[in-house]
Amino acid sequence: MPALLTIAHLTLYDARRRKMLTAAALCGALFLAVFWTVAILVARDMETNPPTFLQRQINLVILSLFGLYAANFFSVLLAALLPVDALSGEIDSGVMQTLASKPVRRSDIVLGKWLGFGVVTVAYFLVLAGGVLAATRLIAGYQQLNLGIAMPLMLLELVLLHTVSIAGGTRLGTVTNGIMTLGFYGVAFIGGWVEQLGALGGIQSARTVGVALSLFSPPDSMWRLAAYYMQPEILRSLGAAGPFTVATVPSALMVWWAAGFTVIALAFAVVSFRRRQL
Amino acid sequence: MIDRVIDARGLRKSFGETLAVDDLSLTVRAGEIFGFLGPNGAGKTTSIKMLLALVTPDAGEAEVLGAPVGTRAARARVGFLPEHCRFHDSLTARELVRFHGRLHGLRGTALETRIDQLLVRVDLIDAADRPLRGYSKGMLQRAGLAQALVNDPQLVFLDEPTSGLDPLGRLLVRDILSELRSRGVSVFLNSHLLGEVEATCDRVAFVKQGCVVHQLTLGATPSFEVEIRALPLDQPVLEGLARFGTVVGRPGDDRVLLRVAGDAVLPDVSRWLVGQGVQLYELRGRRKSLEEWFVDVMGDDQRPG
Repeated sequence: MPALLTIAHLTLYDARRRKMLTAAALCGALFLAVFWTVAILVARDMETNPPTFLQRQINLVILSLFGLYAANFFSVLLAALLPVDALSGEIDSGVMQTLASKPVRRSDIVLGKWLGFGVVTVAYFLVLAGGVLAATRLIAGYQQLNLGIAMPLMLLELVLLHTVSIAGGTRLGTVTNGIMTLGFYGVAFIGGWVEQLGALGGIQSARTVGVALSLFSPPDSMWRLAAYYMQPEILRSLGAAGPFTVATVPSALMVWWAAGFTVIALAFAVVSFRRRQL
Repeated sequence: MIDRVIDARGLRKSFGETLAVDDLSLTVRAGEIFGFLGPNGAGKTTSIKMLLALVTPDAGEAEVLGAPVGTRAARARVGFLPEHCRFHDSLTARELVRFHGRLHGLRGTALETRIDQLLVRVDLIDAADRPLRGYSKGMLQRAGLAQALVNDPQLVFLDEPTSGLDPLGRLLVRDILSELRSRGVSVFLNSHLLGEVEATCDRVAFVKQGCVVHQLTLGATPSFEVEIRALPLDQPVLEGLARFGTVVGRPGDDRVLLRVAGDAVLPDVSRWLVGQGVQLYELRGRRKSLEEWFVDVMGDDQRPG
């Protein structure tokens, strides 16, 4: 097994026993329990008082998007916070000295941790999103649209955030890195809202600011693009703004930028850690 | 066979305004246990980190096992026990050693056999499957020692390996060092426990403010001192005593401190003094301890307070 995979294996093994992952798993389980309960109640209500076909579809789309938004949000937190001390914590504690004195490349350490935490984050999201999709499908009989496009976009958002968290850990202390990574996502979140409000109110300057913030921090635009694809045409035509719906659609070029951003952040992490004094 | 397992020339490292290592030049020969001594803040740990490529020197160069510092070929034959034994504490000792063995490319039965041998050797086999987070400091150090030896290294860096150990644990480390020496493994030992160093090392270097200021081959260096109380101790007598050793001090007008090769010269010194008509009141020989060497080499300016 190459050193990179050995380190990824250790990362997975170690993460499995960390309290943060246990807490995230409990939160995820609680969320799914709540969501399944809500889905059952919604389905029962619609059976008791059948709405129009259009209203029923809108209800189910909103329910599904709410579930996926929440699954995405929980995963965003995990992606940002789980690897936050992956490098900085081990550098500060001295664990890294033993690791880096072995015949392994420093890049293998960074990429191994990136891979290990990436697997955890992606698996976590797939379980939560799978739970949401299973509930809407099995309970309410709703088949979510365009998952083949939306899921990779949400995964890209998570991978980008977890890469930024890993990269920050090569230079920053654990707490600083946590604040920085969440701040990075906060900028994306605010940028998305500013852009949407600008679009709804016809305020070009707000849209421009929103787009600029999304360029600086592209994760939230991946969610908005995914949400756009998951909305049926009827909901798009309403043009409603909200966390689960999209009033303004990010450009497809933003996907390339987000992917490029991820690659740049990962390259920075490798170079930065190679130069880091341990 | 490489003659010099470490060859460092003019290594220098600063952290901002703080000069950690000024001009580190030293060699460690194959098969020897080399003690690296100095007060707190002398740059010992930074020196080890530079030799392991954990820290990049600002100047100078070094070779480890004949290869430039930091090459994977060199690191593959090196073991390292860091000062603060911190490992992934969710792992058991067996998992820790297995993981580090895999980083050395070891696999399968050979690795598992090696793990068992090492855990038995460091007396952790009974606790081998318990998480490290429940270990005492001494147990962690022994687990760390096992991971440092998993690749059967040719050179081992030990940074304060006995600081958390009880007397039996120290004895165990001393035995392991003796075994390593008998197998031709070189050891670079950084320790504040001078008694341990004296008992195990072949050679020591004293480092002060980032420079090696003195080196000593233990056992070969004249370290036997004779304190003579006699009268008169005038210039001709002092010059005459120089034939037996080196006058290293005058604690008083009637006292002289003479460094000699060993206690075999004491009868000759005594006979010579009496033959010169000197009144000899006291002649006391003692071996100079490493601690006394340390204090002498470091000077009073390094003493706290």
